[in-house]
Amino acid sequence: MKYAMLIHEKPGYTDALGEDERKDVFAEYMALTEDPRARGGARLQPVETATTVRVRDGQTLSTDGPYADTKEVFGGYYVFEAEDLDEAIELAARIPAARLGGAIEVRPLVER
Amino acid sequence: MLASLVGFLRDFELAEEAAQEAFALAAERWPRDGVPANPGAWLTVTARNRAIDRIRRERTLAAKTRQLEVPEVTIDELDETVIQDERLELIFTCCHPALALDAQVALTLRALGGLSTEEIARAFLVSEEAMKRRLSRAKTKIKATGIPFAVPAGHLLADRLDAVLAVVYLIYNEGYSDLPTRVDLAGEAIRLGRVLAALMPDEPEAHGLLALMQIQHARREARFAGEELVLLADQDRSLWDAQETAAGRTALQRALALRGRGPYVLQAAIASLQTEERIDWNEVAALYGQLAQLTRSPVVELNRAVAVAQAGATEQALEIVDGLDLDDYQYLHSTRGELLRRLGRTVEARAAYERALRLASSEPERRFLARRIAEL
Repeated sequence: MKYAMLIHEKPGYTDALGEDERKDVFAEYMALTEDPRARGGARLQPVETATTVRVRDGQTLSTDGPYADTKEVFGGYYVFEAEDLDEAIELAARIPAARLGGAIEVRPLVER
Repeated sequence: MLASLVGFLRDFELAEEAAQEAFALAAERWPRDGVPANPGAWLTVTARNRAIDRIRRERTLAAKTRQLEVPEVTIDELDETVIQDERLELIFTCCHPALALDAQVALTLRALGGLSTEEIARAFLVSEEAMKRRLSRAKTKIKATGIPFAVPAGHLLADRLDAVLAVVYLIYNEGYSDLPTRVDLAGEAIRLGRVLAALMPDEPEAHGLLALMQIQHARREARFAGEELVLLADQDRSLWDAQETAAGRTALQRALALRGRGPYVLQAAIASLQTEERIDWNEVAALYGQLAQLTRSPVVELNRAVAVAQAGATEQALEIVDGLDLDDYQYLHSTRGELLRRLGRTVEARAAYERALRLASSEPERRFLARRIAEL
């Protein structure tokens, strides 16, 4: 089954890390991208670059900022192919943001 | 039988429907043709075949092609030993952390406790419709998110077993705190506990939980005098169920023989000590101390303080209690009240009991506290 891993990060979570730690965290993200079970993913640019678009009554309304007004910031996602939810959870737990104050939402993809 | 069907089909709804069809067929055929030599196998095989037919007819997802390739099994090929006991897998599936806790509880009672949806709804004071939806959502989530039907792998097992034990104990406590007018949840929980202990004989905490529930349950007739609460020290021991106490003690012995020192084993040991004629309160206090270290729970520390007081060290007990951060907990204040009363500090005792009274959540408890205040 394919699972999306939506990464919600604690803002500035890498700032508190030392340079070596930051390198290690980056390496972990890369390792996940290169995991044979990875089926895609992307890192999003910082939340300051976000624009939220709605269409109401045929009118397009664009506003500055992210959709969700939460402390945590949606920073990126992975898609993994896993045998079952437990395997997906194990992968999600490896995402550095998860142990550094953030949270990963794991949801199966709709597959035809 | 349901467990083996869920294991085979990986689909709760389908398994339940297939099981129902098999029973219906049996009700129709057996009076006419006679009960088969191996009724369990007949039912399982029939249910599996019905399910396979249904799957073929509905032409569902590619994920099911594996079952489509399974040939229909005949009665001769299947004997009792082939039907695996997959109840353990079912328990872990029902108690998966991805499910909401109330869903875990409902599903466990439905799939393993064999309670009807209506009975579970009544037990938790919700409408049958609401409980149906709760169960349905949970089953859908299991299927849609790929919650595995398996006993968790080694490194996951400890945490997941804790979750299962917590669900069973929750069910037990739902039955324990209420008057005996609802469905016997305590009895159900003990039954589940027995199944768990039988399926995981080498897990001391499983035996510990069973022991704890049985020893507590043995006292159920003595906990109320009419509608009035009776404290442990004042209970009529002749009303205790000796057989259940003995069963609990046996389970505890098994847990201790397995070197269990986990939270349920400790609680069971404490409960067992409290059934003695003369309670060794120092030993009880020591066990609470070990438990407090494991759980870091101020409530456990409160219980330790009570044991310390019962052992004779009232001042020390009060010190422990005053150091706890449990201001909204009625039992903190009722305990303080009792300790202050014993120390002759009546004015403070009254204030503490009154605080407890304001926090009390049931009529029997309120009446009990009111009596205490009146007796000061």
